[in-house]
Amino acid sequence: MEPIVELGRVSFGYGNKPVLENIDLHLHHGQFAALVGPSGAGKTTLLRLILGTLQPDRGTVSIAGRSLNGGPAPQVAYVPQLETVDWNFPVTVEQVVLMGRVRNRSLLPWPSRDEKRRVQEVLDQLDIGQLARQHIRDLSGGQQQRVFLARALIAEPDLLVLDEPTTGVDMRVAETILHLLGDLNRRGITILLTTHDLNAAAAHVPWIICLNRAVIAQGSPEYVFTTETLNQTYQGDMLVLRHEGMLFVQQKPHGHTYHDVIPHPVPGEVPTSAEWGIECVDLPAPKGAV
Amino acid sequence: MFEPFQFEFFRNGTLAAVLTGALCGLIGVYIVLRGMSYIGHGLSHAIFGGAVVSFVLAWNFYLGAGLWGFGAAVLINQTTRRTRINADAAIGVITTASFAIGVALISRYRKFTRSFDAALFGNILGVETADLVVIAAVTILVGLMIFFLYRSLLFTTFSSDVAQVYGVKTGWIDTLFALMLAAVLIASMKILGVTLIAAALVIPPITARLLTDSFNRMILLSTAIGAGAGFAGMYASYYLDLASGATIVLTQAACFAIVLLITSLRKRMGRLIHTHV
Repeated sequence: MEPIVELGRVSFGYGNKPVLENIDLHLHHGQFAALVGPSGAGKTTLLRLILGTLQPDRGTVSIAGRSLNGGPAPQVAYVPQLETVDWNFPVTVEQVVLMGRVRNRSLLPWPSRDEKRRVQEVLDQLDIGQLARQHIRDLSGGQQQRVFLARALIAEPDLLVLDEPTTGVDMRVAETILHLLGDLNRRGITILLTTHDLNAAAAHVPWIICLNRAVIAQGSPEYVFTTETLNQTYQGDMLVLRHEGMLFVQQKPHGHTYHDVIPHPVPGEVPTSAEWGIECVDLPAPKGAV
Repeated sequence: MFEPFQFEFFRNGTLAAVLTGALCGLIGVYIVLRGMSYIGHGLSHAIFGGAVVSFVLAWNFYLGAGLWGFGAAVLINQTTRRTRINADAAIGVITTASFAIGVALISRYRKFTRSFDAALFGNILGVETADLVVIAAVTILVGLMIFFLYRSLLFTTFSSDVAQVYGVKTGWIDTLFALMLAAVLIASMKILGVTLIAAALVIPPITARLLTDSFNRMILLSTAIGAGAGFAGMYASYYLDLASGATIVLTQAACFAIVLLITSLRKRMGRLIHTHV
């Protein structure tokens, strides 16, 4: 089957500064993927190339078999980072969601009865049906993220692209958002997101793409989240822990030791990883450990 | 009460003031929300340069000044998009240089100086039928463009980058907006003058913004405030024997001050009640 996103040897730079080099990437219909990498790795730039708002210096970008030549990608919806939104802009939730229908080319400024019904359906689907007339500033972080998700969904996209949907919200909300995205993916929407939250990505996203100017690795979290791959991606000292079938990733603090990373239940005694029920992957035993 | 309406100059002036007030109030919403408040001030100065050039070259005022203003607006837009120069700096350079061309030409051809008083300070009482036709035509044109481009304009104003992803041709929208803005400024220039247009573009929308959190209502309120202040300002200027353009702007400013006071008091009262409950 033809991939929905296809990047062939794509390179891009801002001025003389290369940001992405020789990116080969395929996303197939129905995939749920996360782009991870350090700040400045080119994640947002890669999203913008896929969205068609940037053109590659070299290589090709195709969406659903159609090459993008500086135009917007068809049947793609985008949820931007919350911090880029002007929260003082005078718009209600309903007005924001209706923006997603702009492709319908309705010449009337006001929504049709059908559009209003559709807006309410999408809002209900995301459990924010009662907020249609609220100003966007008056919502919680999780509700705000759902509003922009609703705007994307009303466009009935094949591909949903999200830039750091879990940034700026607490862990519980981030968990809910990723769970919601999982549900949408099960309904057939291909999803690509960027995130800095590796633990949430490991728990919820089945396909991880490690990026740092080039694609370092891609695959399931179990395959990709190894100290070797993450050290290469983040150019740092990463710890990967497994506990009850879950993966946890932690950046080793500079100038600190293993003792600072895992707290001691009894002062003066260092527990073994087995006592904690944690399998340490690629982690040398600290000095003094039993 | 109806005494001033027996004079044709007053009837023409009032109609012109109401239409330009509504027009500036309408397009001003987009200017304020795009964070371009300074462009009204700058572009009206740029158009003044164009007006002088078209006078010297014996071109039609509306055509010459219109093309000049549109060119300046597009140049500002392109400079901001394609370079690292911010919009405020681009407006400062391009419009001031354009205004300076006008001033330089006036100083070179001193015999024209008096003709540009109306362009600088407005001459609402000297409004002729031809001016009214231009204002009415621009009002209808801009009104229709905003009506039919309403959704794309709103999305582009809210978030230009994202609108592009959803299929809005933001480049075209920006160009059309520059064209509309230039047309509004030229139609308003003879009425309010270069020095007062900026206020008419900014005060009604920010007053409306204080009153509502809805974009649709902000559009309606800002247009109504602009038109209402145009009418009230004209009426007051007749009895107070003040310059009409200045009285219109002062009426808008008074309206803003009253709304600001009321909304601030209401907010404080709300906080007090909330604290004591």
